[in-house]
Order: sequence, then structure tokens, then C-alpha cells
Amino acid sequence: MLAESLVLAGVIFVLGTLGVIVRRNVIIMFLCIELQLNAVNLTFVAFSRFVGIEGQLFVFFVMTVAAAEAAVGLALIISIFRHYETVNVNHFNLLKW
Amino acid sequence: MQAAGLEEPQVAWEPLLPGLIILLPLLGFAINGALALSAARKSADAVRAGGEFDFLENGRPASHSLPTWVGPGVMLLAFLLTLVNFVGMLGAELHEPVIRSYWTWIATGDLNVAAAIQLDQLSMIMMMIITGVGFLIHVFSVGYMQDDPGYPRYFAYLNLFVFFMLVLVMGASYPIMFIGWEGVGLCSYLLIGFWFSDEEKASAGKKAFIVNRIGDLGFLLAIFLLYLVFQQVDYVGVFGDAEAVFVYGGPVITTVTLFFLLAATGKSAQIPLYIWLPDAMAGPTPVSALIHAATMVTAGVYLIARSSVLFALAPLTSALVAGIGVLTALFAATIALKQQDIKKVLAYSTVSQLGYMFLGVGVGAYTAGVFHLMTHAFFKALLFLGAGAVIHSMHHALHHTHKDWDAQDMRNMGGLKAYMPITWATMWLATLAIAGIWPFAGFFSKDEIIWMTGAMAGAENAPYQGLYTVYWILALAAAMMTAFYMARLMVMTFHGENRTGSREVEHLHEAPKTMWIPLAILAALSVFGGWVNVTTDLRESVLGGFGFLPMSEWLHGWLEPVTEAAHQIQETHLGELAHAAPLGGGEVAWGLISTVAALSVVLVTARLLGSRKVAVAVEDTEPTGLSRILFNKWYVDEFYHRWVVDPILTTSRVLWRVVDAKIIDGTVNLLGNVARAAGWVGSLLQTGQTNTYAFFFTVGVLVILAMIGLQG
Repeated sequence: MLAESLVLAGVIFVLGTLGVIVRRNVIIMFLCIELQLNAVNLTFVAFSRFVGIEGQLFVFFVMTVAAAEAAVGLALIISIFRHYETVNVNHFNLLKW
Repeated sequence: MQAAGLEEPQVAWEPLLPGLIILLPLLGFAINGALALSAARKSADAVRAGGEFDFLENGRPASHSLPTWVGPGVMLLAFLLTLVNFVGMLGAELHEPVIRSYWTWIATGDLNVAAAIQLDQLSMIMMMIITGVGFLIHVFSVGYMQDDPGYPRYFAYLNLFVFFMLVLVMGASYPIMFIGWEGVGLCSYLLIGFWFSDEEKASAGKKAFIVNRIGDLGFLLAIFLLYLVFQQVDYVGVFGDAEAVFVYGGPVITTVTLFFLLAATGKSAQIPLYIWLPDAMAGPTPVSALIHAATMVTAGVYLIARSSVLFALAPLTSALVAGIGVLTALFAATIALKQQDIKKVLAYSTVSQLGYMFLGVGVGAYTAGVFHLMTHAFFKALLFLGAGAVIHSMHHALHHTHKDWDAQDMRNMGGLKAYMPITWATMWLATLAIAGIWPFAGFFSKDEIIWMTGAMAGAENAPYQGLYTVYWILALAAAMMTAFYMARLMVMTFHGENRTGSREVEHLHEAPKTMWIPLAILAALSVFGGWVNVTTDLRESVLGGFGFLPMSEWLHGWLEPVTEAAHQIQETHLGELAHAAPLGGGEVAWGLISTVAALSVVLVTARLLGSRKVAVAVEDTEPTGLSRILFNKWYVDEFYHRWVVDPILTTSRVLWRVVDAKIIDGTVNLLGNVARAAGWVGSLLQTGQTNTYAFFFTVGVLVILAMIGLQG
């Protein structure tokens, strides 16, 4: 049971990571980050069966923080969109030499 | 040596405020310096406003009248205080030096140096000369410098010089002496370049300073060596242990004394470092009298006399000191024969006389060296001040008619006797004194040095006996030259036809009171100053008036506590000195011979040159043959320029243009460029694309995980 859960979580995490690296749409990248967080959540839950209730406690924390992060992140995206009128991350390239 | 709790020797004599003697000139410096600054500010304000500040208009401001009282005033007080202490010491039968320790100056590890002064017979004699002759020269300066815009600055420097000179002779340890040594060098530089707007004079000051630095290096190395050997640098400690620590004639003591000798040749203008002194004549003439004749240049002689114990232990160095001295005496005398500038003659004469002092202290006659130092301070200060009075008068006369002739060239003078009788008379007395003619001061001091050289040549176990015989002959030859060039100076300046010009002659005048009174006092000292130290043999003979004149052997007895240790070492190792000169004959006989010879040289010179017609400077022809070489000072300056100054300049230029600009700067620039290029390559990774950053981030995490995994 644990092995299947971990494999599933791993697959989701890798998909999320690849999404962040490959996709250009900021909102999709944002969703991929959520995917990574939830893959981690899944691992916590899977382990909590064997280790203890603390794993599930952590999941709640992660979900709360993720909610806050989503709020801030979306606010940022909207603000950037108002400026550039695009959500293509290729256009946000000021952070360089 | 324990700085704070230095043991005060138990003596019956208590010095009266010895620290105040040093502080008085410093106070004078502070006051005159403040006045000089305020005068400079006023002058600068006036120039900025478009005008020119003339302090002679609207009466003299305080800044130009106060130094007249402050400058000589502090000197008079210091002299009186020294006199009180001197009289006290006279009655005290002092065998140990009196040391006053004020505070700890350096305390680090083994080294403890107290800011302490030492009063003994030697420093007392030096203090008397410095404050006494110094006071007279300050008074003379009042007349000489009165109309100079830099009047307060002049007295500030002069007071500062006296302060440092007193530190030099009163210090109780070598580092304290070194402070004074450097300080007088600084003041010498400031005063040589006193008229600094003239570039030639400013560079003469620089030359003096730089040449002196070479000697100062020797002084420092000698102190370091002494510290290595003794772990202490105060006189009492070093001299007390010297005999126990050093082997007679050993390598260490020879090295130490050689370094001291280097220092002394720099300060006292001896071969090979004498070249700065003739150029130092660029300063005001009273400065030449005080610093470059009477006091500062004798510091080297003082250093050797002070370290007599060390030099007595190093026969090789002592022979070298005497050799350098006698060679310098002869060499400088030959140059003085053909100089036309009145101050240049006196400058080379000073170098020559300092050579005699070196000869004296070199043959172990420390008292004779100090004795000649003292008499030389009298007659050479007088000669310089007299020359100053002549230049002053000539300058006024030439200035009056706007004639652009050299006021210092003797070819432009002649016949001044009629216009300046007091200067003429006093300078003749000094000339007879320096020429070594009985019974003037120089006779007794110079004769004793020459006699002691001869006695050393015949000492039982003396090393280099033949060498001392040569020294003795050379010293006699130099004495004859002295008589010649001084007679020549007097004849060219004061006798014969006047060559200044018929309109100028009317403006020639005798020196004012402030100038001729010091001349008169110094003249009296030049006549009688030598009587304080006449050896018993001489006193009993015709040269001492068969004992009727008030002559004594006083200085010998006075300096005995300082020199007896050195004399004992000499007696142990050299045996008894000869009682006859190398060619036979006793002291009285040779005294008679030398005084008669010197007198005949003076008379013959006066006769021959008196009847000869001298061409004025602008019409004179270039000298030829040997005179040309002598006139050009044996081309020593050119030699130094070619073989010392130019190579250093070339090397410096190579170091600057190639080593510094190319190699060192190149290396640093290369490293900078490499770093910049690497940065540029690295900056290519920064795309600004979030995805790229995320990718590298992921790769990084994977690498770290892989490392952890491989380790586990």
C-alpha cells in the first residue's frame, strides 16, 4: 500500500516539477507548484499510517500555507498581467544582468 | 634601566631647573611661531585682496617687533640659567653624571627609555657654548634680519633649533640624542631654505637634509646594535658595561663605532658626506654662524667625545676617524684656497676645522677635540658674523644704486677697512685665532691636537704608527693652508683698493650696534678663550708667559670625569704616549715652529696679495690649471652627480616606468581582467527566464540528493 502511494506521489511531483520548468503560462506554472505541494501532502499522509498522526498535522499546515501562497501568488499574477497584458513568463525577464 | 624609578646618584650638587633650560627656547619657538602664523595670515589676506602686505608701512605690527625681545630674550634667560648651573657644578667636585628623569618615553619588552636629561661636565660645556654663542648670534640677527618679511618665522626656527640642540647634548641616552639629532637637521633644512622662493636655496636645503639622512641611518643602526648587545641604550648603562662586554678591537664594537662614525661624518660634514655644508651657505648668514659653524656641525664631534669609551675600545675606527678628519682638513683647505665667495671660503674652512676636531677625537685626545670645538665656536661664529656684516653692508650699497653684482663675491669688495673698522679689527683677531697664532684661542687647541697626533705616532704599542706620522704631517700642512686662505680672505675683503664702484662706496657703512657688540664679545673670546686649557709644558715656557699669564689646564681637569674611562683603556692597550714629535722636538718647540710658520704665511700672503690687482667678478677671467680644479671644488659634486645621483635617478626611472607601471600594474590589471571575463561568462547563465532558474534549482536539488544518497 505504502509503495503504491509513494510511487503515485513521486509521479505527481515529477509532473509538477516538469510543468514548472517547461510551461510558459504563469497560471499553469502556479498550478504545477500546487501539484508538487499536494504530492508532498500525499507522502505525509501515506507515512502517517506507520509513523504517527504528526504527518497528517503537517498536511494541514501545508494546506493553510498553500492557500495563503495561492492568494498572494494570484494577486501578483493579476498585477503583472495588468502591466504586461500577458501571462507568458518569457516576457517577464527583467531579473538578469 | 628602570624608567620611572631611575636611581638618582647621591651628589652634593642639585642642578637648578635643568629642564627649564630646554623649555625656554621651546617657549620662544611657540610665541614666535604664533606671531609668524598671524603675520603670514595677514599677508595672505592682503595678497588675496589684490594688494601687497608691507609690514614696514604704518609702523611695525607686534608680529614684527615682538620677536626682537622674545627670540634673544629666551636665549639670555637660558644662558643665565646655564651659567648658574655651571657655577654650581664648578664648586661641586662631580664624578658621576646627574640624571633627571621626567617620564617613561618608551617601555616595550626589554627596552625602557626614559625621557631623561644628563648633566655632566661635557654636556655643561656644550650647553654653555650653545646658549652663550647662540644668544650672541640671536642678538646679531636682530640687526641683520630686521627688514626681512620673514622676521618672526626666522626667530621661530632659530629658537626651535636651539631647543633641539639642547636636547641633543642634554639627553641621557642615545635615542634622546637622536631626537635632537633629527630635530637640528630639520631646523637646518628649514633655515637653509629660509628664502625658499629662490629655487637654488630651497634645493640646497633639500641637499643638506638628504645627505644627512645617510648619516642618520648609521646612527639608528648603531643604536639597534647597542640595544642588541646591552638591552639598554642610556649612557650610564652602556659605558659602565662596555669594557666588560666588548673585546678590545673586536668586530662588534668596531661595527657599532663605524656606524656612529657614519652618522658623525654626515652631521659634521666630513668626507665623504661633507658636500652639503658649502651649499648650506644659502641660508641667512647668522644661521651659517650658529648652525653651520658653531653648534650643529659639531654634533658629530660631541657624539664621538660622548662615546669616548666605545671609540677607545675600537682602535681601527679611531684610526679611521683621525684619518677622515685629517684628510677632510687638508682637502677642504685646498678648496678654500681658491674660492671667491666670502661665505664659501668660510664654509670650507669650517669643514677643514671640523676635520681637526675629528683628528683630535680620533687620536684619543677627546679633551683636545672638545677644546677645539669650543674655540672654533668662538672664532668661526665671529668670522661668519663679520662676513654677515660685510654682506649686509655690501648688499645695502649695491641695492642703493641697483647694481646687480654679487654682494658675497670678494672680488667686488676690497678696501672695506675704511668703512667698517670694527668688523675689520674683530675679523683680524678671529683670523689670527683660526690660523693658530700665539696667543690666540686657536693656537692652543689646534696645537694640542697636532701634538697629540704626533704623540700617538710614537706611542709604545700604538697600532698603525706610520699612519699617525702621516696624519701629523698632513695636519701641519693643512694648518699652513688655513693661514693662507684666511689671510687671502682678509686682504681681498678689507685691504687694497675698493672695487665696489665709486657711487656704491658712499653707501657702505659700519654694522649697527646690535651687530658689532656680539662681534666684540666673540673677539674677546677668540683672543682669550684658549687660555683655559694650556698644558703644563707650554705654560711654563715662553708660550705661556713663563707662568705669569692667567693660563691653566682647566678644561683637562674639568672633562676628566667624562674621559677618564677612555683614557684608562688607552693606557692599558697603547702604553705610554711619546713625549716628542715624530721628527723629534718637544711640545714647546713645535708650538713655536707652528706659530712662527703660520705668522709668516699670513704676513707673506698679506704682502703678496696686498700689492696685486684684483679684477672684479664680472671682468675676471676663468681660472686655469690647478686653480680651476680647486675653484670647481675638485669636481666632487659633479662626481657624486655622475656616479651616485644619476644612477639612482636612472634606477628609479626604470623601477617606475618598467617595474611599477608595466610589471606590477600589469599583473594587477591582468588579474582584474580575468575576474571580469569570468564574471561575464557566468552572467550568461542569468537569462531572466523563471523556467531556467527553476531548472537549475531542480538540478541542484538532485545533485545534493545524489550526494547524500551516495554517502549514505
